[in-house]
Amino acid sequence: MDIGLTHYLIVAAILFTIGIAGIILNRKNIIVILMSVELILLAVNINLVAFSSFLGDLTGQVFSLFILTVAAAEAAIGLAILVTYYRNRGSIAVEDINLMKG
Amino acid sequence: MTVAAIFFYLFSIVMIASAFMVIAARNPVHSVLFLILAFVNASALFVLVGAEFLAMILVVVYVGAVAVLFLFVVMMLDVDFAELKQGFLQYLPLGALIGIVVAVELILVVGGWSVAPGAKATNAPAITALSNTEALGLVLYTRHVYFFQAAGFVLLTAMIGAIVLTLRHKPDVKRQDISEQNARTREEAVEVKKVPSRAGV
Repeated sequence: MDIGLTHYLIVAAILFTIGIAGIILNRKNIIVILMSVELILLAVNINLVAFSSFLGDLTGQVFSLFILTVAAAEAAIGLAILVTYYRNRGSIAVEDINLMKG
Repeated sequence: MTVAAIFFYLFSIVMIASAFMVIAARNPVHSVLFLILAFVNASALFVLVGAEFLAMILVVVYVGAVAVLFLFVVMMLDVDFAELKQGFLQYLPLGALIGIVVAVELILVVGGWSVAPGAKATNAPAITALSNTEALGLVLYTRHVYFFQAAGFVLLTAMIGAIVLTLRHKPDVKRQDISEQNARTREEAVEVKKVPSRAGV
Protein backbone atom coordinates (compact mmCIF):
# COMPACT_ATOMS: atom_id res chain seq x y z
CA MET A 1 0.00 0.00 0.00
CA ASP A 2 1.40 3.30 -1.10
CA ILE A 3 1.82 6.31 1.17
CA GLY A 4 -0.02 9.24 -0.35
CA LEU A 5 -0.82 12.80 0.50
CA THR A 6 -3.85 11.77 2.55
CA HIS A 7 -1.72 9.81 5.01
CA TYR A 8 0.39 12.85 5.80
CA LEU A 9 -2.68 15.05 6.10
CA ILE A 10 -4.29 12.65 8.58
CA VAL A 11 -1.13 12.48 10.68
CA ALA A 12 -0.99 16.28 10.71
CA ALA A 13 -4.70 16.45 11.63
CA ILE A 14 -4.16 14.12 14.61
CA LEU A 15 -1.16 16.19 15.74
CA PHE A 16 -3.18 19.39 15.43
CA THR A 17 -5.97 17.86 17.52
CA ILE A 18 -3.52 16.79 20.20
CA GLY A 19 -2.21 20.35 20.31
CA ILE A 20 -5.70 21.82 20.74
CA ALA A 21 -6.60 19.26 23.41
CA GLY A 22 -3.33 20.10 25.18
CA ILE A 23 -4.26 23.77 25.39
CA ILE A 24 -7.63 22.91 26.93
CA LEU A 25 -6.37 20.21 29.30
CA ASN A 26 -3.40 22.13 30.70
CA ARG A 27 -5.16 25.41 31.27
CA LYS A 28 -3.14 26.08 34.43
CA ASN A 29 0.33 25.42 33.08
CA ILE A 30 1.41 28.05 30.58
CA ILE A 31 4.62 26.22 29.64
CA VAL A 32 2.66 23.21 28.38
CA ILE A 33 0.31 25.61 26.57
CA LEU A 34 3.30 27.08 24.73
CA MET A 35 4.49 23.57 23.87
CA SER A 36 1.01 22.75 22.53
CA VAL A 37 1.20 25.82 20.31
CA GLU A 38 4.51 24.50 18.99
CA LEU A 39 2.81 21.15 18.23
CA ILE A 40 0.03 22.93 16.32
CA LEU A 41 2.58 24.86 14.25
CA LEU A 42 4.43 21.60 13.57
CA ALA A 43 1.19 20.07 12.27
CA VAL A 44 0.72 23.04 9.94
CA ASN A 45 4.30 22.62 8.73
CA ILE A 46 3.72 18.94 7.98
CA ASN A 47 0.64 19.88 5.95
CA LEU A 48 2.53 22.50 3.95
CA VAL A 49 5.52 20.27 3.27
CA ALA A 50 3.32 17.34 2.26
CA PHE A 51 1.32 19.47 -0.18
CA SER A 52 4.51 21.04 -1.50
CA SER A 53 6.13 17.69 -2.12
CA PHE A 54 3.16 15.86 -3.62
CA LEU A 55 2.06 18.74 -5.85
CA GLY A 56 5.60 19.59 -6.98
CA ASP A 57 5.49 23.22 -5.86
CA LEU A 58 8.30 24.56 -3.71
CA THR A 59 6.32 27.53 -2.36
CA GLY A 60 4.92 25.40 0.43
CA GLN A 61 8.39 24.62 1.73
CA VAL A 62 9.36 28.30 1.57
CA PHE A 63 6.27 29.21 3.56
CA SER A 64 7.02 26.43 6.02
CA LEU A 65 10.45 28.00 6.54
CA PHE A 66 8.79 31.32 7.44
CA ILE A 67 6.41 29.57 9.84
CA LEU A 68 9.47 28.05 11.50
CA THR A 69 10.93 31.55 11.91
CA VAL A 70 7.75 32.94 13.43
CA ALA A 71 7.43 29.93 15.75
CA ALA A 72 10.97 30.40 17.03
CA ALA A 73 10.37 34.12 17.60
CA GLU A 74 7.09 33.40 19.35
CA ALA A 75 8.68 30.85 21.67
CA ALA A 76 11.51 33.23 22.56
CA ILE A 77 9.19 36.17 23.30
CA GLY A 78 6.69 34.00 25.17
CA LEU A 79 9.35 32.52 27.42
CA ALA A 80 10.89 35.95 28.02
CA ILE A 81 7.49 37.29 29.13
CA LEU A 82 7.11 34.22 31.34
CA VAL A 83 10.49 34.82 33.02
CA THR A 84 9.67 38.50 33.60
CA TYR A 85 6.28 37.59 35.02
CA TYR A 86 7.81 35.02 37.35
CA ARG A 87 10.29 37.62 38.62
CA ASN A 88 7.51 40.05 39.43
CA ARG A 89 4.90 37.71 40.88
CA GLY A 90 6.76 34.57 41.95
CA SER A 91 4.26 32.31 40.18
CA ILE A 92 3.27 31.37 36.65
CA ALA A 93 -0.27 30.15 37.33
CA VAL A 94 -2.47 31.21 34.44
CA GLU A 95 -5.42 32.26 36.61
CA ASP A 96 -3.20 34.71 38.48
CA ILE A 97 -2.54 36.59 35.24
CA ASN A 98 -5.52 38.93 35.57
CA LEU A 99 -3.88 42.26 36.33
CA MET A 100 -5.00 43.78 33.03
CA LYS A 101 -8.73 43.13 33.36
CA GLY A 102 -10.19 44.50 30.17
CA MET B 1 4.19 -2.84 2.39
CA THR B 2 7.23 -1.08 1.09
CA VAL B 3 10.09 0.08 3.28
CA ALA B 4 8.96 3.71 2.92
CA ALA B 5 5.48 2.80 4.17
CA ILE B 6 6.91 0.93 7.17
CA PHE B 7 9.07 3.90 8.10
CA PHE B 8 6.19 6.33 7.57
CA TYR B 9 4.04 4.41 10.04
CA LEU B 10 6.93 4.03 12.49
CA PHE B 11 7.78 7.73 12.51
CA SER B 12 4.20 8.96 12.59
CA ILE B 13 3.16 6.58 15.39
CA VAL B 14 6.17 7.57 17.51
CA MET B 15 5.51 11.24 16.75
CA ILE B 16 1.84 11.09 17.73
CA ALA B 17 2.57 9.05 20.86
CA SER B 18 5.24 11.51 22.00
CA ALA B 19 2.96 14.47 21.18
CA PHE B 20 0.37 12.83 23.41
CA MET B 21 2.96 12.44 26.16
CA VAL B 22 3.82 16.16 25.81
CA ILE B 23 0.36 17.12 26.99
CA ALA B 24 -0.07 14.20 29.43
CA ALA B 25 3.28 14.02 31.23
CA ARG B 26 3.27 15.07 34.88
CA ASN B 27 6.77 16.53 34.85
CA PRO B 28 7.28 19.42 32.38
CA VAL B 29 10.90 18.41 31.85
CA HIS B 30 9.57 15.11 30.48
CA SER B 31 7.14 17.13 28.35
CA VAL B 32 10.04 19.05 26.79
CA LEU B 33 11.96 15.84 26.12
CA PHE B 34 8.91 14.28 24.45
CA LEU B 35 8.54 17.48 22.42
CA ILE B 36 12.11 16.96 21.19
CA LEU B 37 11.25 13.35 20.25
CA ALA B 38 8.18 14.56 18.35
CA PHE B 39 10.26 17.12 16.44
CA VAL B 40 12.94 14.58 15.52
CA ASN B 41 10.29 12.20 14.18
CA ALA B 42 8.63 15.03 12.24
CA SER B 43 11.96 15.82 10.63
CA ALA B 44 12.29 12.14 9.71
CA LEU B 45 8.87 12.43 8.04
CA PHE B 46 10.16 15.49 6.16
CA VAL B 47 13.11 13.43 4.91
CA LEU B 48 10.69 10.72 3.77
CA VAL B 49 8.63 13.23 1.81
CA GLY B 50 11.74 14.71 0.19
CA ALA B 51 12.24 17.99 2.05
CA GLU B 52 15.73 17.40 3.41
CA PHE B 53 16.59 21.04 4.02
CA LEU B 54 13.53 21.69 6.15
CA ALA B 55 14.19 18.47 8.05
CA MET B 56 17.69 19.62 9.00
CA ILE B 57 16.41 23.11 9.83
CA LEU B 58 13.75 21.56 12.04
CA VAL B 59 16.41 19.65 13.96
CA VAL B 60 18.69 22.68 14.25
CA VAL B 61 16.07 25.32 15.06
CA TYR B 62 13.60 23.34 17.12
CA VAL B 63 15.70 20.74 18.88
CA GLY B 64 18.78 22.93 19.10
CA ALA B 65 17.21 26.25 20.03
CA VAL B 66 13.52 26.24 20.92
CA ALA B 67 13.40 23.01 22.92
CA VAL B 68 16.58 23.89 24.80
CA LEU B 69 15.06 27.32 25.55
CA PHE B 70 12.00 25.56 26.98
CA LEU B 71 14.26 23.30 29.02
CA PHE B 72 16.15 26.32 30.39
CA VAL B 73 12.98 28.08 31.43
CA VAL B 74 11.39 24.99 32.97
CA MET B 75 14.50 24.34 35.03
CA MET B 76 15.10 28.00 35.89
CA LEU B 77 11.67 28.70 37.36
CA ASP B 78 11.09 27.26 40.80
CA VAL B 79 7.45 26.33 40.37
CA ASP B 80 5.40 23.59 41.98
CA PHE B 81 4.24 21.88 38.82
CA ALA B 82 2.15 19.29 40.65
CA GLU B 83 -0.14 22.11 41.73
CA LEU B 84 -0.44 23.35 38.15
CA LYS B 85 -1.43 19.87 37.05
CA GLN B 86 -4.50 19.70 39.28
CA GLY B 87 -7.13 20.90 36.82
CA PHE B 88 -6.26 18.15 34.33
CA LEU B 89 -9.08 15.74 35.25
CA GLN B 90 -11.54 18.58 35.63
CA TYR B 91 -10.98 19.72 32.06
CA LEU B 92 -10.66 16.18 30.64
CA PRO B 93 -14.29 15.75 29.43
CA LEU B 94 -14.35 19.14 27.67
CA GLY B 95 -10.89 18.67 26.21
CA ALA B 96 -11.63 15.17 24.98
CA LEU B 97 -14.94 16.31 23.45
CA ILE B 98 -13.40 19.25 21.59
CA GLY B 99 -10.44 17.11 20.53
CA ILE B 100 -12.65 14.35 19.14
CA VAL B 101 -14.88 16.84 17.30
CA VAL B 102 -11.90 18.61 15.71
CA ALA B 103 -10.24 15.31 14.77
CA VAL B 104 -13.42 13.92 13.17
CA GLU B 105 -13.99 17.13 11.24
CA LEU B 106 -10.41 17.30 9.99
CA ILE B 107 -10.34 13.64 8.98
CA LEU B 108 -13.70 13.98 7.19
CA VAL B 109 -12.37 16.99 5.29
CA VAL B 110 -9.12 15.26 4.42
CA GLY B 111 -10.83 11.99 3.47
CA GLY B 112 -13.27 13.62 1.09
CA TRP B 113 -10.69 15.76 -0.61
CA SER B 114 -8.82 15.15 -3.86
CA VAL B 115 -6.77 17.14 -6.31
CA ALA B 116 -8.63 18.29 -9.41
CA PRO B 117 -7.26 16.21 -12.27
CA GLY B 118 -6.51 19.18 -14.48
CA ALA B 119 -4.86 21.23 -11.75
CA LYS B 120 -1.19 21.95 -12.17
CA ALA B 121 1.34 23.65 -9.93
CA THR B 122 1.89 27.08 -11.35
CA ASN B 123 4.03 28.98 -8.92
CA ALA B 124 7.48 27.50 -8.34
CA PRO B 125 7.91 24.08 -9.83
CA ALA B 126 10.40 21.81 -8.12
CA ILE B 127 13.35 21.16 -10.39
CA THR B 128 14.17 17.49 -10.11
CA ALA B 129 17.73 17.84 -11.37
CA LEU B 130 18.69 19.91 -8.32
CA SER B 131 18.90 18.90 -4.72
CA ASN B 132 16.18 20.12 -2.41
CA THR B 133 18.41 22.68 -0.70
CA GLU B 134 19.61 24.13 -4.01
CA ALA B 135 16.11 24.40 -5.44
CA LEU B 136 14.85 26.04 -2.25
CA GLY B 137 17.70 28.54 -2.32
CA LEU B 138 16.99 29.38 -5.95
CA VAL B 139 13.42 30.45 -5.19
CA LEU B 140 14.02 31.79 -1.67
CA TYR B 141 16.54 34.44 -2.69
CA THR B 142 14.82 35.50 -5.91
CA ARG B 143 11.08 35.11 -5.91
CA HIS B 144 10.53 35.32 -2.14
CA VAL B 145 13.34 37.67 -1.18
CA TYR B 146 11.04 40.26 0.44
CA PHE B 147 9.49 37.58 2.64
CA PHE B 148 12.99 36.43 3.51
CA GLN B 149 13.87 39.96 4.63
CA ALA B 150 10.62 40.17 6.57
CA ALA B 151 11.54 36.93 8.37
CA GLY B 152 14.84 38.54 9.29
CA PHE B 153 12.99 41.52 10.76
CA VAL B 154 10.74 39.19 12.75
CA LEU B 155 13.80 37.52 14.23
CA LEU B 156 15.40 40.90 14.96
CA THR B 157 12.27 42.06 16.74
CA ALA B 158 12.13 38.85 18.75
CA MET B 159 15.77 39.19 19.73
CA ILE B 160 15.46 42.81 20.84
CA GLY B 161 12.19 42.07 22.61
CA ALA B 162 13.60 39.13 24.53
CA ILE B 163 16.66 41.13 25.57
CA VAL B 164 14.61 44.16 26.64
CA LEU B 165 12.20 42.00 28.61
CA THR B 166 14.71 39.95 30.53
CA LEU B 167 17.64 42.35 31.00
CA ARG B 168 17.72 43.98 34.40
CA HIS B 169 20.27 46.21 36.09
CA LYS B 170 20.96 45.41 39.70
CA PRO B 171 22.09 48.62 41.41
CA ASP B 172 24.44 46.93 43.90
CA VAL B 173 26.54 45.00 41.39
CA LYS B 174 30.03 46.31 40.57
CA ARG B 175 30.56 46.67 36.84
CA GLN B 176 33.43 47.85 34.72
CA ASP B 177 32.84 51.37 33.37
CA ILE B 178 35.46 51.97 30.72
CA SER B 179 34.77 55.68 30.15
CA GLU B 180 35.00 56.33 33.86
CA GLN B 181 38.29 54.44 33.96
CA ASN B 182 39.69 56.47 31.09
CA ALA B 183 38.55 59.76 32.61
CA ARG B 184 40.41 59.23 35.85
CA THR B 185 43.08 61.84 36.51
CA ARG B 186 46.27 61.47 38.50
CA GLU B 187 44.88 63.63 41.31
CA GLU B 188 41.96 61.41 42.14
CA ALA B 189 43.73 58.13 41.50
CA VAL B 190 46.93 58.62 43.48
CA GLU B 191 47.30 60.13 46.92
CA VAL B 192 50.77 61.08 48.12
CA LYS B 193 51.26 60.87 51.87
CA LYS B 194 54.08 62.07 53.92
CA VAL B 195 55.19 59.11 56.02
CA PRO B 196 57.22 59.94 59.09
CA SER B 197 60.31 57.89 59.72
CA ARG B 198 59.96 54.69 61.83
CA ALA B 199 56.16 54.86 61.71
CA GLY B 200 53.72 52.91 59.63
CA VAL B 201 51.15 54.42 57.38
